[in-house]
Order: sequence, then C-alpha cells, then structure tokens
Amino acid sequence: MSTTRKRVYGYLAEFKSASALYKAAEKVRDAGFRKWDCYSPYPIHGLDGAMGMKRSILPWFVFFGGITGTATAFTLAYTTQVVIYPTVVQAKPANIFSVPAFFPVMFELTILFSGFTVLFGLLGLIQLPRLNHPLFASKQFHRATDDAFFIAIEARDPKFSPNQTKELLSSIGGENIELVEEED
Amino acid sequence: MASTTQTAPETQTGVKLPVLEREKLILNGRSYHWITERICGVLENRQPLLWWLLFIPSALIAMIGVGGGLTYLVSTGVGVWGMSNRVFWGFDITNFVFWIGIGHAGTLISAVLFLTRQNWRTSINRAAEAMTIFAVMCAGIFPAFHVGRVWFAWFLAPVPNANGIWQNFKSPLLWDVFAVSTYFTVSLIFWFLGMVPDLATIRDRAKPGLRKTLYGIFALGWRGGNRQWSHYEMAYLLLAALSTPLVLSVHSVVSFDFATSVVPGWHTTIFPPYFVAGAIFGGFAMVLTIMVPARFIYGLQDLITMKHIDNMAKIILLTGTIVGYAYLMELFVAFYSGAIYEMDAFKYRIAGPYWWAYAAMMSLNVLSPQVFWFKRCRENLWVIMVVAMCVNVGMWFERFVIIVTTLARMWLPGDWKTYSPSGVELMTFVGTIGMFLALFLLFLKFLPCINIAEVKWTLPESDPHFDDKEHHPDHGVKNEAAYQKELV
Repeated sequence: MSTTRKRVYGYLAEFKSASALYKAAEKVRDAGFRKWDCYSPYPIHGLDGAMGMKRSILPWFVFFGGITGTATAFTLAYTTQVVIYPTVVQAKPANIFSVPAFFPVMFELTILFSGFTVLFGLLGLIQLPRLNHPLFASKQFHRATDDAFFIAIEARDPKFSPNQTKELLSSIGGENIELVEEED
Repeated sequence: MASTTQTAPETQTGVKLPVLEREKLILNGRSYHWITERICGVLENRQPLLWWLLFIPSALIAMIGVGGGLTYLVSTGVGVWGMSNRVFWGFDITNFVFWIGIGHAGTLISAVLFLTRQNWRTSINRAAEAMTIFAVMCAGIFPAFHVGRVWFAWFLAPVPNANGIWQNFKSPLLWDVFAVSTYFTVSLIFWFLGMVPDLATIRDRAKPGLRKTLYGIFALGWRGGNRQWSHYEMAYLLLAALSTPLVLSVHSVVSFDFATSVVPGWHTTIFPPYFVAGAIFGGFAMVLTIMVPARFIYGLQDLITMKHIDNMAKIILLTGTIVGYAYLMELFVAFYSGAIYEMDAFKYRIAGPYWWAYAAMMSLNVLSPQVFWFKRCRENLWVIMVVAMCVNVGMWFERFVIIVTTLARMWLPGDWKTYSPSGVELMTFVGTIGMFLALFLLFLKFLPCINIAEVKWTLPESDPHFDDKEHHPDHGVKNEAAYQKELV
C-alpha cells in the first residue's frame, strides 16, 4: 500500500481541435470559473478573449526597464565624460554639447535593459522556471506540446465540484476526462 | 465579466473582388503530429554519415585555425598578422564586418518579418537566428584579438583604468562595443525564448533520463497553457519590436567606425543604409547556403518549400540591387564633390593594385544576383547555391575593398603601403569558417532547427474558426466561382 497522500489538482479534458477548444473555452468562461487554463501546442488566435483574459501587462514592465537603460547610459556617459574626468579628444567638447555623441550608447542600453526586462518579466508573469507541475503527472498531458488540445480546471477554483465539473467538461465536448492528482 | 468574442456581422454589400488563394506554406497537408515528428526526428535520430563528414573537418579547422592561430598571436604578438604602419586594419576588421553582417539576416527574418506578418518566416527563423548567434561569436574574435594584448580587452568595458581614465563615450569604437554586445545578448534572448516551447516538445517526447532532465531544465517547465502563451506572445512581439531598430543600429554603428573618420572613401553619409542593406544581402545568402543543403539532407522539403527559397532569392535581388546603387552613388558623389582626394580614392579602388578585389565585389554582388529576375533561376537550386556562394565571397571582398584599399592610400604619399595577409591571418579566418560550420552542425544535432510551434500555427486548421466557415464568412475563403458570380 502506498504511503504517499494524493491531492486532487483538477480535471483535464481533451478537445479534438483548436475550434472545439475555442468554443469550449467560451463555455467554461461563462460558467464563471477562474482557476483554469487551455493547453495547446501553439498560441491560438483569439483564445484570450474566449477565456476572458486581459491583455498582458508586460509592455509596462518593458517601458520602465527601457527608461532605466536610457537613464543608466546617460548617467554613465555624462558623469564620466563631463563631471569626473573631462577628456578633450579630437577637440570635441566635454560639456553639455557632448550629449549628442552619447545617443548611440543610450539607445543600445535602452534596448539591452528592455531585452532583459522582457526575459525576466515574462518569467515572472508565467511563473517559470519550475522543475515540476502536477499536470506532468497526467498520462496524456505530454501531447499538449505535440498535437492535442486540453482544458484543465483546477480543484482550488471555488466553483469546482467533483461531479458537476466533470459533467460540464463532458457536455462541452471534452474527451478522455482525467482526474489529475499531485503527490502531497 | 466575460468579454464578448462575437465578430461584427458583415455590413459591406458592394461588389466583392475575387481573392487569390495564398500559396501554401506547408505542403501536402501535413498534420501537427507529422511536423513534430519530422523536426524532432532531425535531432532524435542518428545523424547521417554526412553530418560526421562535415563536422569532423570543421571542428578540426576551427581548433587549428582559431585555437592555434590565436594562441600563436597571443604568445608572439600582433605583428604576426600582416598589418603594417598605416594599414592597421586588414583581415581582422574585414572579417569582423563580414561576420557581423551575416548575422543580420537572422534578426531581420525573426524580427522585421514578424512585425510585417510574413508567415513564411516561421520555417527558417530558428536556423537564421542560430546563424546570427554563431556569426556574432565569430565576429567578436577579431576586434577582441586585434588589440594585441588581449588581456587588456577589459579596457573596452565601462570601468576606469588604473589612472582613473574612463572610456571615450564620444568614440564610434566604443559605440560599437555597446552595439555588438547588446546585439549578441538580445539575439540570444530572442533565440532562447523562441525555443522554449519547442524544447518542451522534445522534453515531452524523451524517455525519462538525462536527456529529458536536460531538455526539461532548458524548457523551464513550459506547459503551453494559454495563460502562458498570452504573455509569451507579448514578449515575442516586444522582442521583435526591440530587435528591429537594434539590427539597423548595429550595422549603422559599425559603419560609423569608418564614416566618422576624415578619410577619403570613408567619410560619406551613405554608409549606414549601405552597410545595413549589404548586411541583409550577405546574411540571406548565408541562410540559403546552409539551409538549402540542410533541407535536402533532413527531408524538410514540405516545411521549407520552394516558396520560401523564392522569397529569399527575391530579397537577395532587392538588397543586391540596393548595394549596387550604393556602389554607383559612391562613385557619383566622389565625382560630383570635385574633391580630388575623394576622386583619387575611388580611382585607386577601381584601377589600383587592388582592382581585382573591386572587380570581384562588383561582379559577384551586383551582377550575379540579377539572374533572380528570372523565375527559372529562382526555381533551380543549383543556380541559387551558386549565386549564394558568389554573394558570400563578394560581400567579403566589399569589406576588404572598403577597409584595405582606403588605408593603403591615405593623405600623405609617405604613408602609402600595400597590404597582404600573413599565413596566421588566413588561418584564423579559415578557422572561423570552420567554427561557424561546426557550431551550426551542433545546433542541428541538439536543437530543433525549425520553429515547431510557429509552423503549426501557420496551418489552416490552427484557426479557431476553421470548422465553422459557413457561419463566419469573414474568416473563410469562398470558392472562386461564388466570387465570379458576384462580380457580374
């Protein structure tokens, strides 16, 4: 007899195509669920709306990341060239009129900082990297990165109930409905 | 509250024009699973014998050329390169500009064609991005080692030296350091993020073991949920939007290394656009050079179709013609300026001791792509390979002409020197070619060479309204006859 306790993660149901997933997502959304997700091998156009999701807030992070880059480059160049150690090279000025010559570096650091903000902002928003996830315990879930479309409704959703949720998934066309459990 | 997803009913009642059907990007109606199998098969199956026959010599050339050449350089001194007083930039900067230019096609395909919604990019963007990364790695070797005492290369980083002197932020050479390192970093982020869903595919196909663990770590635990895809697509869009001006800036800044100097033949405003067009031109030629054989060896003809190759040939024709325009405009401006030094610089390029380099540049870069005006030439893979090789060589000669012939004949006759490369320089350059090929072959062996997720997304059945075209006439394509009726 196994001694590990299991905790229910939720129901996983397969849908036969992107269209079926899209229509099912609209129904799950209208049923008022919050903790659920659609899994597909590629991003499906318009599924955000069908799931009632808001637009990603990542651009705001990147905007401020980019501004930080511009400011860093300006401070670095201006402080070192004009304030700390003004060096006259090729008779070019070492004062406020040097600023146009700093533009290329300011531009590059804007892009560099924005690029890093995209990377780390994205990882923060999608809560990755992580080494494991309850869904990986499923026998069929590995096909989500190949050719299968799934909806998973989590047990921690307040509307979740073992029987009704299963019925809902089956009534909207879900197949191979599976109760996914995680080891506690 | 749930948002509505119904599209507005069609209100336009006028005459409908017939819609030309788009050429299919993926041939023979392949399924999602077929795409996964075929692309993952490249790295899951044993590599063909040809792979080893290419990899072993490339790796050896890289080790001897780059490893040996640089060891000799560092242990002896920068004098082992054939540079002389006045011609301080020879093969090193020529090769640097050559390699960095090659990288540009990768970013163009992944970023600019993404922003302009050119879906054909999906079959080639991964390999082109990999090419960018490896080309920039090859490029970085030359400026890092041409400083001579390479252990002082940290002087390039924005930290003060022992005397408290900082870098000169007004110098294009420092701009170049920032531009190239930013370019490499952002390209790497773009390449890696684009690969995460595909690494997850490989992870999910692998049997438990070291392989699954390693791919699993690099896949970051990707699950493909729409709550991830939504942010992921935004991240991809942002990176594309950031990389587009970045790629234009990098080769512009490289051209500033020349254009901001007061040297006849370099001091021209045409340089930034001319360099960028040349970089894209040379980069696409390199994409074709490596993708046409790879497509054949791994049987990827349904994914990288003749349509893709046709598009790339057209881009080569366009950018090659822009480059030709720039060459002619340089000559015209030199003549029109009335400046004797400027005119002399170009006379020397055309008819001086380096005339063969100029002739090679003109014929290989401007004349050879002109065959792509003809559809028959764009459909013949042999012609395509020959032109691509011509452009690879021609673009190298372009940089040689710009850099060496100009430095060999500057203001004072007492400075005039001719330059020819030493054996060590040649060895290092050939070594970087080996390094580039070896890295690309390793990429084919270990990473998905085509973007699996994005290719699936270009299939018609990936549209969520694929099944219900009757109810959504906006999305579907009616048959030709129905449109012809309405036209009457």
